[in-house]
Amino acid sequence: MRALAYLLTFLAVIGLGFWAYSENYETQQALKDVARLNAEIADLREALSIQRAEWAYLNRPDRLRELSTINFDRLGLLPMQPEQFGHASQIAFPVVEEELPLIIDPVDVMGEQEPADQEVTP
Amino acid sequence: MSRTPLRPLARILTARAAGENPDVIERETLRARHEQIREKSRSRAEGRLLFMGLAFFMAFTVIGARMGLLAASEPMEPRSASSGAEILAQRADITDRNGRILATNLVTHALYAQPKDMIDPNRVARELVAIFPDLKAEDLVRRFTDGRSFLWIKKKLSPEQMQKVHEIGDPGLLFGPREMRLYPNGRLAAHVLGGASFGAEGVHSAEVIGTAGIEKYFDAQLRDPARSAEPLALSIDMTVQATVTEVLDAGMKMMNAKGATAILMDVRSGEILSLVSLPDFDPNDRPQPLLTGDPGDSPLFNRAVQGVYELGSTFKIFAAAQAMELGLVNPNSMVDANAPMVWGKHRIKEFQGKNYGPLLSVTDVIAKSSNVGTANIALMIGGIRQQAFFKSLGFFDPTPVELIEAKGARPLIPAKWPDIVTITTSYGHGMSASPMHLAAAYATIANGGIAVQPTLLRRNAAPEGTRLLSDHVADSAVAMLRKVVTGGTASYANIKGYAIGGKTGTADKPKPTGGYYKDKVINTFASTFPAHDPRYVLIVTLDEPVDTSSSEPRRTAGYTAVPVAAEVVRRAAPLLGLRPEIEIPLQNGVTAVAQRN
Repeated sequence: MRALAYLLTFLAVIGLGFWAYSENYETQQALKDVARLNAEIADLREALSIQRAEWAYLNRPDRLRELSTINFDRLGLLPMQPEQFGHASQIAFPVVEEELPLIIDPVDVMGEQEPADQEVTP
Repeated sequence: MSRTPLRPLARILTARAAGENPDVIERETLRARHEQIREKSRSRAEGRLLFMGLAFFMAFTVIGARMGLLAASEPMEPRSASSGAEILAQRADITDRNGRILATNLVTHALYAQPKDMIDPNRVARELVAIFPDLKAEDLVRRFTDGRSFLWIKKKLSPEQMQKVHEIGDPGLLFGPREMRLYPNGRLAAHVLGGASFGAEGVHSAEVIGTAGIEKYFDAQLRDPARSAEPLALSIDMTVQATVTEVLDAGMKMMNAKGATAILMDVRSGEILSLVSLPDFDPNDRPQPLLTGDPGDSPLFNRAVQGVYELGSTFKIFAAAQAMELGLVNPNSMVDANAPMVWGKHRIKEFQGKNYGPLLSVTDVIAKSSNVGTANIALMIGGIRQQAFFKSLGFFDPTPVELIEAKGARPLIPAKWPDIVTITTSYGHGMSASPMHLAAAYATIANGGIAVQPTLLRRNAAPEGTRLLSDHVADSAVAMLRKVVTGGTASYANIKGYAIGGKTGTADKPKPTGGYYKDKVINTFASTFPAHDPRYVLIVTLDEPVDTSSSEPRRTAGYTAVPVAAEVVRRAAPLLGLRPEIEIPLQNGVTAVAQRN
């Protein structure tokens, strides 16, 4: 009985040893993954911040103003001014498209074919 | 092991035969047996103690070794701790009220040298000078060869420059990563943002510290790693700021002014939507402060906050409003405006020696900007109440606006307050304040008499302020300001679409030696719009303007600051989402009928 208990304990120690060994390596692998992902996140964030800075730089008001001046003939953009506002009543009513008149006197355009051998009386 | 019996027969028999007591033998044997047992248990206990001691010794050795290792090794971030936005340790961004970036960070590199590792200092110096023309070859060679082991060469490199330095290929040239502060909009809102520079510098990183403006005021918050992911949202509206800057710059040049400032403020929340001070600078390349001359002429000088000026007749409305609040007058009361007024040895005159008197209604005192009328109103109020009112409007303290420069800009208050000071301060002379003070005070009037704290941070709700004027007094004051535009000194502000109400102010600049210049003025137009329901306050101040469009030079605010302010309103108000009042041209009878309905 005692021998069996010793044997089981011994086996348990060996098993736990293996388990701890593999856990240790898995943990280290997970930490490496985390570090790699963190580095990747940091890289992406850096890229994102550069792109946001670039976006802000390209959209700075000075540049947009110059661009709208250069491209005035194509875009026709002007600064916003009070004269550009209007009242709803200043807008002309939309032109109503002429609808087709109601069909009140239908004409049958499909002629009925008459037998050819029948003579038509004048 | 054979067990010795307690009474071995052979010994007992021998003892009996010898006449001895056989019990002695039994006890003797028993004693020997107990001794044996004791020996055994003692050695077992010793073994156990030794084992325990060894176990404890090993445990403490392990703990001690671990502690020693932790203490001796480089500290390391816990790698397993999850981290989110703060992975890139950096200074928080600054955005405008709509989240558009005003300041952000850019990763770049610094160049340093370790001359001990350098192979050919002469060639390195030559090639570096080819890349950076501002360096001097002989300086570099001297510094490379004087025995030092480390030196900085450049604090910021562009990627192209870095590549070229790489191509020199000398092992003594090394790069350190840097985060630099970038202001993508260049000069826009330069005085609000201030600037940033490097603090303590190491090879692997350098701290970025704010040097002026809001960057310095909120330095601790912006550098806090826990808050680096949340940008600091300002109240500035970038579009409005750009428009106001453009208009003010054009106006400043047209009026031949040497400086200009504009503040646009929301009267309900106190948020400053636009703060412009010209001339301005590029915060990416902040100029050095002037070492000689007047610091007020430096582009770094924030005229809106630091510029403490006598703001002239813009102060008159405070006297009128306070007199109405105290029940001394109403807008139609007639007051003595017989110029010139003599008070002791002083003579109070009107502009160009006019006389609007003998009697003038309070509304006309404001509309015509009568010094004498205002002086008499101020005398009715009295110096003590006038001081208290100015104090409650914030004229006696630096403005609470979140700029590091604001704390240092104390208004200049006369030490004593005799009646002559009561008279002169009522029309804005003898007491100096910054345009920001004026904006806050006008916002109080425009906000129905409730005091407003100006702020540069976006506010979600209007803060509660104390009431300084009753509602109808504030309304009457705004109506007076409107009268200034429709039938007074600010007629150029009578534009289509937006009802502006405001007060002009022209003050002679004081000479540094005492006295006043005859031909140097500060022109201010303090206004609010739309006048029937004030939402915004606009202060425009021009420094030494002169309108040369007519035969003789004109230096009053009505000809200089007012047209500029009117153009600012015309351009900025649509951007603020204010609908202009549209005057519909009558075309024919049919549309006229349609519009009447």
